[in-house]
Amino acid sequence: MAQATRKKPVEAEVDPVVEARRAAQSHFRTLRLGTPFQPRIDALGLQQDWYSWAGYRAPHSLWDEELEYFAIRSQAALFDISPMTKYRIEGPDSEAYLDRVTLRDVTKLKPGRVHYTAWCDDEGFVLDDGTLFRLSPTRFRLCSQERHLPWLLDSAIDYQVSVEEETEAVAGLALQGPTSFAILRDAGFAGVERLKVFDLAEFAHDGATVTISRTGFTGDLGYELFVPADKALSLWDRLMAAGELRGIRAIGYTALNRARLEAGLIVANADFTTSEHAIRTDRLRMPDEIGLGFMIDLEKGHFNGRRAILEARAKKKLRHVLVGLEIEGNIPAEHAIVYYKKSQEVGLVSAAMWSPMAKRNIALASLRRPYGDTIVDDLWVEIYAMRELQYQKLMKRAKVVQRPFIKLDRRTANPPADF
Amino acid sequence: MTSSEMNWDAIVIGGGHNGLVAAATLAKSGRKVLLLEAGNEVGGAARTEEFAPGFRVSAVAHLLNRLHPDVMKTLELERHGLKVERSDFVPSVALSKDGPLVLHGAYGEVLTGASPSEQSAWKELRAQLLRYAGILKPFLSRRPPDLGDLSLAEMTGLGQTALALKRLGKEDMRDFLRVLLMNVYDLLDEQLSDNRLKGLLAFDATLGSHLGPRSPTSLLGLYYRLAGEIGGLAGAQMQPKGGMGAVVAAIRAAAEKAGVSIRQASPVAKVIVEKGRAVGVVTQSGEMLRAKTVVSAINPATTILDLVGPREVDTGFVRKVKNIRMKGDAAKLHLALDRPPQFAGVDAAGHKGRLVIALSPDHVERAFNPSKYGEFSPEPVMEVTLPSLADPSLAPSGACVLSAVVQYAPYALKQGWTAGKPQFLKAIMAQLETYAPGISATVRHAELLTPADIEARYRMPGGHWHHGELQADQMLISRPVSGWSGYDTPLEGLFLAGAGSHPGGGISGAPGLNAARRIIAMRA
Repeated sequence: MAQATRKKPVEAEVDPVVEARRAAQSHFRTLRLGTPFQPRIDALGLQQDWYSWAGYRAPHSLWDEELEYFAIRSQAALFDISPMTKYRIEGPDSEAYLDRVTLRDVTKLKPGRVHYTAWCDDEGFVLDDGTLFRLSPTRFRLCSQERHLPWLLDSAIDYQVSVEEETEAVAGLALQGPTSFAILRDAGFAGVERLKVFDLAEFAHDGATVTISRTGFTGDLGYELFVPADKALSLWDRLMAAGELRGIRAIGYTALNRARLEAGLIVANADFTTSEHAIRTDRLRMPDEIGLGFMIDLEKGHFNGRRAILEARAKKKLRHVLVGLEIEGNIPAEHAIVYYKKSQEVGLVSAAMWSPMAKRNIALASLRRPYGDTIVDDLWVEIYAMRELQYQKLMKRAKVVQRPFIKLDRRTANPPADF
Repeated sequence: MTSSEMNWDAIVIGGGHNGLVAAATLAKSGRKVLLLEAGNEVGGAARTEEFAPGFRVSAVAHLLNRLHPDVMKTLELERHGLKVERSDFVPSVALSKDGPLVLHGAYGEVLTGASPSEQSAWKELRAQLLRYAGILKPFLSRRPPDLGDLSLAEMTGLGQTALALKRLGKEDMRDFLRVLLMNVYDLLDEQLSDNRLKGLLAFDATLGSHLGPRSPTSLLGLYYRLAGEIGGLAGAQMQPKGGMGAVVAAIRAAAEKAGVSIRQASPVAKVIVEKGRAVGVVTQSGEMLRAKTVVSAINPATTILDLVGPREVDTGFVRKVKNIRMKGDAAKLHLALDRPPQFAGVDAAGHKGRLVIALSPDHVERAFNPSKYGEFSPEPVMEVTLPSLADPSLAPSGACVLSAVVQYAPYALKQGWTAGKPQFLKAIMAQLETYAPGISATVRHAELLTPADIEARYRMPGGHWHHGELQADQMLISRPVSGWSGYDTPLEGLFLAGAGSHPGGGISGAPGLNAARRIIAMRA
C-alpha cells in the first residue's frame, strides 16, 4: 500500500552549493588515511594486514611478523610512526607552559634533548604519556598516542605560546636495531655518531631538514627521524638504499609491540586506560599506579594534577600498581587474570609474550594494591590455552620482576657500535 | 615591593556586603582580619550614592528581601542600626491600563484589584509556592552538600529535607518534583487567569537572569526569591531608610566592632601562591600582605583568572571558571525628578512600594526575545521604586528619586551601548510615561546604568549582579563551578565568599556567612 501511495521521487536538481558541500565532506569515503610513506609500505605489505592507528592505515605485519621482530634485534627495522600525534609548541613561555602541563621538570630538559613524560587532568589521572623533544630553547615537539589539542590550548591561557598540531605535516620513521647507526652513517648523516641516548640534532635532507633523535620504543640501539611530509619518500629511499647490505626491513606493529614489551615500556590504552577514554571510574590511573611516579616533580611549580596527586599520596588513595611479571612455562599469559594464592583475583595481565631475547615468559600486569606492592609472593596467573577447540587452563606461578626485561648495552654504547 | 611585618589571620578581598559579613564573622571568632576594598568606600553594589546634586539612591540593589536571619543574628545588625519592622514592608503593584493589582504584606498575603475567583486561586498558589520554596530554603542557605565526602551534619541536613518532602504528602511531593524545573509561564497558566498577576510573577521569576518566562527552569527564580525572608517573613520586601548603604553601614559597624581593619581604595593585584597555597596578597600599590587565609568576596572568575592566575590552578578548573555564564541582562535607571510622579490608579501606599510594569507573561517573554540576539527590549519590563517618598533625605525638598531595574538589556549589545543607551532610555521613558503621564517633563537628571556600566563601576564582570547566572546549572553544588561549591578552592587557604558562590546574589550575606563558617569549621 505504502508503495502505491508514495510519490514519485522529485527529479534532483544539481545545486552547486550542495555539491560543493558534499565534496568537502567526503572524508568518510577514505576510512583510513594513508601516511606520507604509504606508497612504499603498500608495496611491501604482502600480508594486507592493516589496522587503524589514530585513523591511519598501519600494518600489523608486512611480510612475516617473526622475521620482522628479528629484524629489530639482529638487523635494522624501519617503522612508520607518522600517525603518532605531534604538537609543535613554540614561544617565549613554552618551557613554563610545558612545565605546567606535564609531570617532569622541563627546565631540566636542555635544547637538543628528549624526555619521556606524561600529563594528567585535574584529578591527577593520566591523560597520556609521550615524548617531549626540545628543538630549541623556545620550540618543542610533543608526541603522544591520543589527541589533546583542546586540552593543550586551554592550558595555554595566560602563556605566550602557540600550540599547533603537526601530525599531518611531519612524517616520522623509527629506525631500530643493531645496524641502525651504521645505516644512518652510510646514508650520509655526518655527525650522527655524536648522538647519545635522548639526544637530537638536525641534518640536511633533500633540500630540507630531518630531525634525528637517538630514541625509540624497542630498548635497542635506534633512532627516530622526523621530516616534512613532502620529503618522506626520499628519506625512506635514502635509508633503504643505505641499509640494503645491513639487513634493513620495513616492519609492522606486532613486531614492535614485542620489542617494547621486552623493553618494559607501556602503551596508552593497552596497558592503562587514558582518563579521557575511561568510562568506568575504577579504570582511571594516577602516574603512581602505572609506574610513572618517577616523573612527578613536586619541587617545581604548579602542574596539572599536583594537588590531587599529593592528596592521593598523603591519604594512601593509590589503589593500583603496574608490575613486570615473570611467569613459569612458555605459554604467553595474554590478558590472564592474576590471582593471589591461586584463588583471590588481584589483577590482570595487559601484555605478555615469550621473550626470545630474555628467554623468559614475561608480562605486564596491573594489580590491586597491596598485591604487587607490598605483597608480591604467591601470585599466579591463569592462562587459557586454546588447544583444538578446548581450553587448557594453566595455573602458573608469577614472580614480580624489575623492568626492563632486557637490557642491551648497544642501546646506550658511545660511540654506537658499527655492526 | 614593600612587605608588611603584620601577619593577618585572614585577608578579605572586596568590601561588598558579603565581604563585610565574612570579615565580621571571622573577626568575631577571634581572628585578626584585614578587609581590602578597591573602591573609595565599602558596600559594592549595595551602596547609597549621589547620582545628581542632592539626589541619592541605592546603587544597584534597591530592595531588601533576603537578608539572611543568621546574618542579622550573628552580627547583631539591629544593635548596629538596622531596623526591620513589619510596618516597613512595602506592597508590589502590578501596573496596567485596566487599573493596578496589588500584592500586600509578604508577597501578597492579601491581594487587591483582582476578581474573587482569582483571589482564591492566588491564595492557593501562594501557599504552594511558599511551601515548595520552604523545602528548598535550607538548600539555598546552607553550604551545598559535599557529595564525595558527606559529613554527619550534612547527612542530617539532607535527611531533614527528605523528611520535609515526605511531610508534604504523596500528592504534594509529586507535584513539587513535577514543577521544580518547570517554566513559570506554564505553571501560571495552570493556576491563574489574571494577566496582571501572571505578568508580575513572570517578571519576578526572571528578574536578574537571562531567562524568559517560557525558558525551562524559569520557575526556580521565583523559588529563589521566596526562599528569602526579611523580618521572619518569606517574600516580604522593604526599602531600607537611607538606602541600601544603610544596611552596609550596619554590617560595617558590626565588622569594626568585631575588630576588622578596613582599608578602602586598596585594590588587590595578586594573590600570592606558594606551593599550591594562598599565603597573602599584593596590592596594586605594591604592598605585600601575608595571611593564613585569603577570602575573596569578589567575582570568582576575577579571583581565579586575574588575581591567582591560570598558571597556579589546573587546566580543567580554568575551563570551568571561564565557562561561568555571567552576562548581565538587567539595567538600572535613576531619575532625579522635580516632583513625585503620579502612577495612574495607584494609591499613596502603592507609590511607596514596588511598581512593576509587566503586563502579562507574554509581555515579559517578548521583552526577553530580542536579548537573545543582542538587542534590548523595545518595550522593556521593569520594577520601579520611589525611595524618597518614605525617606525624604534622599532628595531635595519636594523633589523625588526614581529607581528602577529594567529588563532586558543584554551585556553584549550588538550595536554597542554607546549608541544603544540613549535609544534604550527613550524606550524606558516611553513605558514610564504611559503609566505615569507627565513624568518625562519632570526629569532633572537621568542616569542609566547598562550592564557594561555596572561592570565598570562595580567591578562586576558582565555587569551581572549575581556574579554568575543563577540558573539550575550554576546553582547549589555547581556554584560557582562543579566540584568546588563549598567556598574552598583548589588552592589551600583561598576561599570564595561572594555572590558568585552558593546560594547567589541579592543582599543576603549568605555566601559571606557560609564561607566564614566553613573556614571556622575547618580550623576547629
